[in-house]
Amino acid sequence: MTRYLFLIYGNESREAAATPEQWQAMMDAHRAWGEKVMASGATMVAGEALQPTSTATTVRAGDSGSRLVTDGPFAETKEALGGFYLIDAEDLDAALALAESLPAETVEVRPILAT
Amino acid sequence: MSPAPGAEPAAVSEAVAQAHRHEWGLVLAVTARLAGGDVGLAEEATQEAFIAALETWGVRGIPSNPGAWLTQTAKRRLLDRLRRDATLRRKLPLLVDSEPTLDDPDFGEEGEVIPDERLRLVFTCCHPALAMEARTALTLRLVCGLTTDEIAHAFLVSEPTMAARITRAKKKITAAGIPYRVPGRTDLAERLDGVLTVIHLVFTSGHTAPGGDELVRLDLVERALDLARVVAALLPVEPEALGLLALMELTDARRLARVDEAGDLVLLEDQDRSLWDRVAMVHGTALLDRALALTSPQRPPGRFVLQAAAAAVHAEAPTFGATDWSALVALYEQLQRVWPSPVVTVNRAVAVSFAVGPDAGLAVLDELTDDRRLDGYHYLPAARADFLRRLGDHRAAAEQYRAALDLATAPAERRFLQSRIDVLSES
Repeated sequence: MTRYLFLIYGNESREAAATPEQWQAMMDAHRAWGEKVMASGATMVAGEALQPTSTATTVRAGDSGSRLVTDGPFAETKEALGGFYLIDAEDLDAALALAESLPAETVEVRPILAT
Repeated sequence: MSPAPGAEPAAVSEAVAQAHRHEWGLVLAVTARLAGGDVGLAEEATQEAFIAALETWGVRGIPSNPGAWLTQTAKRRLLDRLRRDATLRRKLPLLVDSEPTLDDPDFGEEGEVIPDERLRLVFTCCHPALAMEARTALTLRLVCGLTTDEIAHAFLVSEPTMAARITRAKKKITAAGIPYRVPGRTDLAERLDGVLTVIHLVFTSGHTAPGGDELVRLDLVERALDLARVVAALLPVEPEALGLLALMELTDARRLARVDEAGDLVLLEDQDRSLWDRVAMVHGTALLDRALALTSPQRPPGRFVLQAAAAAVHAEAPTFGATDWSALVALYEQLQRVWPSPVVTVNRAVAVSFAVGPDAGLAVLDELTDDRRLDGYHYLPAARADFLRRLGDHRAAAEQYRAALDLATAPAERRFLQSRIDVLSES
């Protein structure tokens, strides 16, 4: 088993404009996906949706050990990080098969560094 | 005193070179499975086995089965490493559930090889999670045993760049958990296409080498043919695997006629067809027939089968004038449906220019006017130039030949384009 972080990227303005019915449909789709994960033999370790990037604060290392705090996300991108799943899967093929069936626009699959 | 059982240095290096050419991929593949799919580790053990061969064979003589000796030695080197290094041992995936030993039935003393062993390695090197350029480099390094320097030379990048590319890809295989196996039924067709694409890329890089003095890099052509033979032999009911081998055999059969004594390019039109390798052509055509027999309306021929069919049309024509151009037009139309690549449009335009006329060929190329994917593809202006030349518009033709010359890198092709410009400016 390898542990993977699924980073879910999407269009925030479209998500903000979603009706309550659309939200509910999205939540149901994610719940169904979660069941699919378990049925596939993989394990969902964690998974959360994030508040929009307008709520983000970034802390950067500045010169001479200072910390620079700024409003907003680390990178302003068209597709913003909107949620994540932490999944234990057999191998990358199994992880990618799950990522493909995820109800999301873009998913980045990153293996967790084993220590 | 009995004579020492060792072998002459020249005989040893010849035997090691032979084994390197034919056994490297197999030795590495078997070792990689024992290493739980860690191809980097397997590569190091394989390399050590070949170095050991150079030393040992000179003293003890060349073994009767060099491949088995090398496999056995590589496995032993790997196990030594794993025993010595607790960190490495922890890294061993659960795939190898008990500590592997040399008595493991999968890895018999005789060095017999599970038939699809090399196939696992090929599918791992060509995994879609790796960038295309990394897949090609990794396949040449791990399956074919080319040195990083040789691969860098073939693809016109510096040696450190190529080394970094290969290292990064090997790291990703282990870190991201790219599995060491042949994909199952459901994914096989799609994944096979990725493998065949890499083999075809190796072949075309050898067939028309982008750099160096020679048009054909024979080593790359032969490695690609080796790979295609392994894949076709191990997946004998996959039409595309047979189709790719057929395409390469039929294309390579024309090798001797493609270049003249001075190393200059000879167009298909001007080739001495008696120089074509008839044995390879018969072989390629037979492979194509086998591939076509596996296709049906439910399983229509794919891009490699169709390209092989086009190559067979040329092989069957006794002269350039006798070529069945309308059959080629039909094949390229079919190819364009299964593989909508602008390169296919260029080929179709050439077929149309001979079946109907150069003006009709130009009309086909006009479909590509707004297609940016072919920026940098010198065959597009070269095809347009040829149609214009045949229509008698020498000024426009020369302009297009110059555009092609700006983009072409293979020296033989550049000389050809220059000679066309020279002839047109004289007239």
